[in-house]
Amino acid sequence: MAKKMKTEAKVIAQKLLADGIYDMWLETELAEDAHPGQFVGVYPAGKATLLPRPISICEVDRDKSAIRLVYRVVGQGTAEFTLYQPGDYISILGVLGNGFPLEKSEGKRVLLMGGGIGVPPLLQTAKELKTLGKAASVVSVLGYRDSQTFLREDFEKAAELVIATEDGSLGTKGNVIDAIKANSLKADVIYACGPMPMLRAIKTYAAENGMKAYLSLEERMACGVGACLGCICKTKDIDAHSQVKNARICTDGPVFDADDLAI
Amino acid sequence: MNTSVEIAGVKFKNPVVTASGTFGSGMEYSDFVDLNRLGAVVTKGVSNIPWEGNPTPRVTEVYGGMLNAIGLQNPGIETFVKRDLEFLKGYDTKVIVNVCGKSIKDYVDVVERLSDEHVDMLEINVSCPNVKEGAIAFGQNAKALTEITTEIKKHAKQPVIMKLSPNVTSISEMAKAAEAAGADAISLINTITGMKIDIHRRKFALANKTGGMSGPAIKPVAVRMVYEAAHAVDIPIIGMGGIANGDDAIEFIMAGASAVAVGAMNFHDPYATVHVIEGIESYMKQYGVEDINELRKIL
Repeated sequence: MAKKMKTEAKVIAQKLLADGIYDMWLETELAEDAHPGQFVGVYPAGKATLLPRPISICEVDRDKSAIRLVYRVVGQGTAEFTLYQPGDYISILGVLGNGFPLEKSEGKRVLLMGGGIGVPPLLQTAKELKTLGKAASVVSVLGYRDSQTFLREDFEKAAELVIATEDGSLGTKGNVIDAIKANSLKADVIYACGPMPMLRAIKTYAAENGMKAYLSLEERMACGVGACLGCICKTKDIDAHSQVKNARICTDGPVFDADDLAI
Repeated sequence: MNTSVEIAGVKFKNPVVTASGTFGSGMEYSDFVDLNRLGAVVTKGVSNIPWEGNPTPRVTEVYGGMLNAIGLQNPGIETFVKRDLEFLKGYDTKVIVNVCGKSIKDYVDVVERLSDEHVDMLEINVSCPNVKEGAIAFGQNAKALTEITTEIKKHAKQPVIMKLSPNVTSISEMAKAAEAAGADAISLINTITGMKIDIHRRKFALANKTGGMSGPAIKPVAVRMVYEAAHAVDIPIIGMGGIANGDDAIEFIMAGASAVAVGAMNFHDPYATVHVIEGIESYMKQYGVEDINELRKIL
């Protein structure tokens, strides 16, 4: 794995995608080693802030040494990020975490399941699965609150796409699992990212239907590099590093085999 | 220019060490920092058996700093010795092991287990505010602090640093108690107990409700406490609390610290320890200071 670093990235473009959802392209050497499902820590410039904000990598353009971050404004730090203009520099820490195990797709029917701000990291996953071309089939199943969707066109280019909305304004009314059932989608492997209730439901659904699920988890983080033990998740068995049933989301994850988790 | 300092007979190449709990055992930060540059690595608190720590969320940012309630999760002394101490053998830096426990016996078990290991000093954690048993219970009244310090000194082969809590009425009284009970040095401050409420979700920001505050916002409190302790005792002090750069480190040294620890700022700047070392050197150059020890306790 490439050495981690804190570096200055140049903002190439930034735009509003949907309500409170922003889309920022950064030019950075970190693009070279970025893998789908990994993330970066983005530092607000404000003097009163301390911690990097973990944001998943939505897309990677290695030719242009660029990464795309699609993020939701959740507080003062992320609100500050929206002010950056092309040509500005922003501090990032990366590349962090393990990413999705794409090799598990070989010969398999794959579902990419994303909910809300868990959708972005699945885009690079979809693109690389297409390039690899080893999966038997790939379908993206994306869940949104309402018709304020984002990244739909990007996903349509990479794979077949199914949508679920909580209010039923688009696609299946309900969540991503409702959408799978409504469309009679069958699969062997699931790659998923989204809120914890969704991930729990996917873990159960996968176990009941004999599928393998790889879940990307989110938690409040401090160091982002595995030192502070701030962002742990509960594991089924004793973890080799911690010697207790805790794994570090930032370094052992964020992607875990659902069978290894006690969530 | 001399930046080396001596604490209880242990010589450090420079006064900059890591604050326990913010740097693991150095492994995770070795991607960023050449550990050979550091005065010492102070490892994350270790107990006799593995500890699970607290539920999440365990960390949250606050203005000028953060709150944590990790709850001293650690893999236990056996894994620590085999993995972490073995890793640190590869570096030319001093090793200070932070020790925690629920009872005096727990602490003594760890201290004894380390007696023949590659460890230069022991730092006894009697100040973690995030666990229900032990830790801060031994560090909030002078009698309890005297008792645990005396007992650990009976069993410890390495010099003993007692890590003090700022959550006390008189830091001077606690420093004196540690010194009288035989501590070779003291380190301060551990985090300040705080709380944050998420008004949108109407919940505590941390699962533990309270957490220890660290970061630049607590620095003036820490400097004041180091100053008071330095004027109360003769044993050396490792000062910490919000140190972000060389100037901050110099401030602690002038207040009376022999060495300084970089903590929460490692999360903001993974190169922070090296930046502090470089900042100290550039201050010394600017003011023609030949020996860092000249600056200690000048006020």
